[in-house]
Amino acid sequence: MSEILEERHTIALLVDNEPGVLARVIGLFSGRGYNIESLTVSEVDNIKGYSRITIVTSGTEMVIQQIKALLNRLVPVHEVHDLSIEGPHLERELALIKVVNTGEQRIEAMRIADMFRARAIDSTLTSFVFEVTGNPRKVNAFIELMGGLGDIEICRGGVVAIARGSEIELDTLI
Amino acid sequence: MRNAEYQTRKPEDCISGAAIIVKALQDQGVEVIFGYPGGAVLPLYDELFKTNNLRHILVRHEQAAVHAAEGYARSTGKPGVVLVTSGPGATNAVTGLTDALMDSIPIVCLTGQVPTHLIGTDAFQEADTTGITRACTKHNYLVKKSEDLADVMHEAFYVAGNGRPGPVVIDLPKDILFEEGPYFTLESKRPCAYKPQIMEDQQQIEKAVKLLADAEQPIIYGGGGLINSGTHASQLLREFADLTGYPVTLTLMGLGAFPASNKHFLGMLGMHGTYEANLAMHQCDVMLNIGARFDDRVTGRIKDFSPNSTKIHVDIDPSSINKNVKVDLPIIGDAALILEQMIQIWKEKGYKRKDRMLSEWWKKIEVWRDKKCLDFKQDSKIIKPQHAIRRLFEKTQNTDTYITTEVGQHQMWAAQYYGFDQPNRWMTSGGLGTMGYGLPAAMGVQIAHPDALVIDIAGEASILMNIQELSTISQYNLPVKAFIVNNQWMGMVRQWQELNHGSRYSQSYTESLPDFVKLADSFGGKGMVAETIDQLDTVIDAMLETEGFFLADIRVAKEENCFPMIPSGAAHNEMILGLGDSLDAPTTSKAGMALV
Repeated sequence: MSEILEERHTIALLVDNEPGVLARVIGLFSGRGYNIESLTVSEVDNIKGYSRITIVTSGTEMVIQQIKALLNRLVPVHEVHDLSIEGPHLERELALIKVVNTGEQRIEAMRIADMFRARAIDSTLTSFVFEVTGNPRKVNAFIELMGGLGDIEICRGGVVAIARGSEIELDTLI
Repeated sequence: MRNAEYQTRKPEDCISGAAIIVKALQDQGVEVIFGYPGGAVLPLYDELFKTNNLRHILVRHEQAAVHAAEGYARSTGKPGVVLVTSGPGATNAVTGLTDALMDSIPIVCLTGQVPTHLIGTDAFQEADTTGITRACTKHNYLVKKSEDLADVMHEAFYVAGNGRPGPVVIDLPKDILFEEGPYFTLESKRPCAYKPQIMEDQQQIEKAVKLLADAEQPIIYGGGGLINSGTHASQLLREFADLTGYPVTLTLMGLGAFPASNKHFLGMLGMHGTYEANLAMHQCDVMLNIGARFDDRVTGRIKDFSPNSTKIHVDIDPSSINKNVKVDLPIIGDAALILEQMIQIWKEKGYKRKDRMLSEWWKKIEVWRDKKCLDFKQDSKIIKPQHAIRRLFEKTQNTDTYITTEVGQHQMWAAQYYGFDQPNRWMTSGGLGTMGYGLPAAMGVQIAHPDALVIDIAGEASILMNIQELSTISQYNLPVKAFIVNNQWMGMVRQWQELNHGSRYSQSYTESLPDFVKLADSFGGKGMVAETIDQLDTVIDAMLETEGFFLADIRVAKEENCFPMIPSGAAHNEMILGLGDSLDAPTTSKAGMALV
């Protein structure tokens, strides 16, 4: 058997902000057994009514090609950009992490949070809620460290991504 | 609001939602609607009654409405239009919509819906139609404002017919049908984000032509995309085959896109394709796939599919590229436009037919042809199904004939033994394999071509799945002929049980069949039975002479199998030619057993 290489891709879409558009995108993934690792969506142009969707998915080259072709085929989808192959891009994620602990562990949590530039946005005598942003790897690392310092609850906002450089790729002013 | 600036357009008129729909249908050149009324669409039926300028065909089941519209669409190249009510009306249409999606048939289906303020309350005859049909349409709309209605109507026709065609559903809440809204003409409709690519870069096509020109063992493998592209594509394919001298094979959906009587034609390929077509596919060095999608019925075991060829794939749908088979040169575009370019490039670059090399290739093909894989022996009084279809072909080939089929053995025999020389003459359910497709599809074809001979080559089991349509056929005096290849089995199920399940015929015998002659009679038609070989021609002649609808009950050999056959999970060079052959031929592998 030849080795099947799965690659992680970050795909940005510009879509009409209309009811059902997210269901169409998700249905395409679920109906064919593809993977969604992360999905974020928000309106980016309220005059034209465009939303931008960022999807992180993984699959073989053939699967990724299929996903992009199928997304392009959806009627309310204006643009499909595979940021992972179109050049350098930035990925950021916001996460809120509640950690419940006391004593030494509490001090250590504060110290690590400082290193990660995470902010404590809520505190009781036995807990913190940290807000951390960064690329998904950084967020993963922060969560892993916090996990060693008490019971934790995690809420992640999903990946948002944009290409580096001066070029505007997903033009909302079409 | 989407495309806000287009909302400042001046409407042509301000009229009720129902009137907007009727007007848009007329602007789109719609001549006929297949439908069934119900509570949620009454305002629209009222408008049809008042305006009285659109022909409405009242079917007896909504699934049949969609199949009839498919038959209409495939035989004319125009989109088929369906009108059904909410809830059960919409859910009954789902099979037809899925069928149209799989076979790329342009359909616009209007479904009723409960009024907007009741959506989501489990109201009477409410169904989440856009949710249910999301996976079985190319696109669907729920119209929530009457001001969107005209644009949605026009856009639906555009989406259904452009790019890779498919079904589009417009879900219409009842209050929207009453509410007044602006009417916008086709010319002033808002722009649509859906813009399929129809032409590829010149360089890419030049590369393809060069590959083809340098080929030693080339093959052209065409599919339904050639039919969808219009009759021009078929003419161009013939021209290209003449120019190059290359062999052509077609998929089930592509039959008619290249004349069956042409010497370059190898027959259909795939699971029940000819020996010569499949072997040529297996051994070719350059393959030009034009408008086909490497379906599993065609490829057999993917790993061993045409192992030594450079593959060129022309398709209008980018998602068909590299879906099942990795290709070397993808070309995105419309079949006719690409073929036109290819012919032009071939001529401009001065490529010549390499007759000597080609004759070596044709010699090989002739050896495979000499196997005469479609031969059968009609040696007793019992009618062989293959013989029945061949006789039907011989007696109708000089008439303008349209053939529809149901699904199963008879469908494959029709594909093998009925020769199609023109496109749009062959209507069958290929992708979904919908039993019950043929009779309603034949209705749709007959509506579009009132004077043509329309025959549903049917199985006795399949035709019962939409037999209620005899009532529609009777109401509109449609002279549809049903040629029932009656072996009293669900033949293809029985065949697979024989080959793969130790001849344990679980639930595949059609018991309690009706008397088809009396059945025809009860709906005001005629019917006849042919039980022995000497009665076959008499029944066919009687059928062709009858002016009204006719059911021909052809009692055929009950346990005849459909050959040649690539067992599921096998490769093109592992065909079973016939039962005698199957003793030492490869049987279905363990992996193949799990395949359908």
